Amino acid sequence: MHELSVCQALLTQVENLARERNASQVLSVSLGIGPLSGVEPALLSQAWPLAAAGTVADNAELLIEERPVRVRCSQCGEESDATANRLLCARCGDWRTQLLSGDDLLLLQVELETAYV
Amino acid sequence: MCDTCGCNVTHGNRHLLAPGGKLQKTASGGEAFTVLKNLLSENDHIAAHNREHFDRHQVLAINLMSSPGAGKTALLEATIDALGDRYRLAVIEGDLETENDAQRIRARGIDAVQITTGSACHLDAHMVHDAVHQLDLAQLDILFIENVGNLVCPASFDLGQHRNVTLLSVPEGDDKPAKYPVIFRAADAVAITKVDLLPLLDDFQVQRASGHVRALASSAPLLELSTRRDGGIDSWLAWLDGELAAYRTHCARGATLRPRIQPEGARLHGLAP
Repeated sequence: MHELSVCQALLTQVENLARERNASQVLSVSLGIGPLSGVEPALLSQAWPLAAAGTVADNAELLIEERPVRVRCSQCGEESDATANRLLCARCGDWRTQLLSGDDLLLLQVELETAYV
Repeated sequence: MCDTCGCNVTHGNRHLLAPGGKLQKTASGGEAFTVLKNLLSENDHIAAHNREHFDRHQVLAINLMSSPGAGKTALLEATIDALGDRYRLAVIEGDLETENDAQRIRARGIDAVQITTGSACHLDAHMVHDAVHQLDLAQLDILFIENVGNLVCPASFDLGQHRNVTLLSVPEGDDKPAKYPVIFRAADAVAITKVDLLPLLDDFQVQRASGHVRALASSAPLLELSTRRDGGIDSWLAWLDGELAAYRTHCARGATLRPRIQPEGARLHGLAP
């Protein structure tokens, strides 16, 4: 259950951002997460309220965009969808592919309520 | 935004940051700020710091990951017996509780720092940083970091290591790379341990394990190891020799080595190839 550790790291970033912008509260936090990041979105969603309780992000909604697993074949050049444990080219079946997306673990956007709104 | 260098502002997202971009009021009355930063960027920052420490003293740092009981400590014991005269070695041990593994290493006359994580299921760069400062890096050639036995969480945290090795012991079954793709995809070498049990556990097919690893688009070598046979870890020792030589070549050019698979944060910061 390393999702709580990830949540605490996320919260530190969000709190820093809120402080820099003089925000009175954080309204939402948007993440992009792929299955090959090793972080489970459902567990992250459960851990978030625990981590955020009593902070400026107490009421913030956690929005998670699940990123697809996509690969580019180094042999035939095809770009195709794949799954976490099968990163093969969908056209020629070769295993020598490069990951285009799917290992994302990104803080995309934070929505803040600031004093100047 | 990246606090340090702004390197994550690209052609693709620059417009979001410009006035009139996403810096405007949202439906719920707030202001949206585009961040595009790795969730673990603080960990990655400390990991880079650890790597600088290692490189300053040309210490090759190898992170060993596996499920509990796959034979990480036994492999280290055998490695110390085989290489202790040729290289200066040390070990950082990660476990939830006990000094048992560090004591096994120290019994062979090698420095070992035990990190007891309490309830944490993985090592992170901060823990390794504290442990590194208990070692004299100037007196080392190779530092092994034995991660907490766990096939899930350790894969997500960069420690500053140069290479990842994931162990798969024969009793665990040959389909573990398909079940735990993140940690096996992260491996620069996959060590199949306890191969002396293959005659007893004939449902484990090395070829099948290899197929599962290749399906992760990984070219990592599969090293078949037994610490109970003479010459049983020779392929591992040869791999270590090769990696240490490659690392020293890189250091001589002022460069470093990184695990083949980089977490998202490293890629954003332009560190990965």
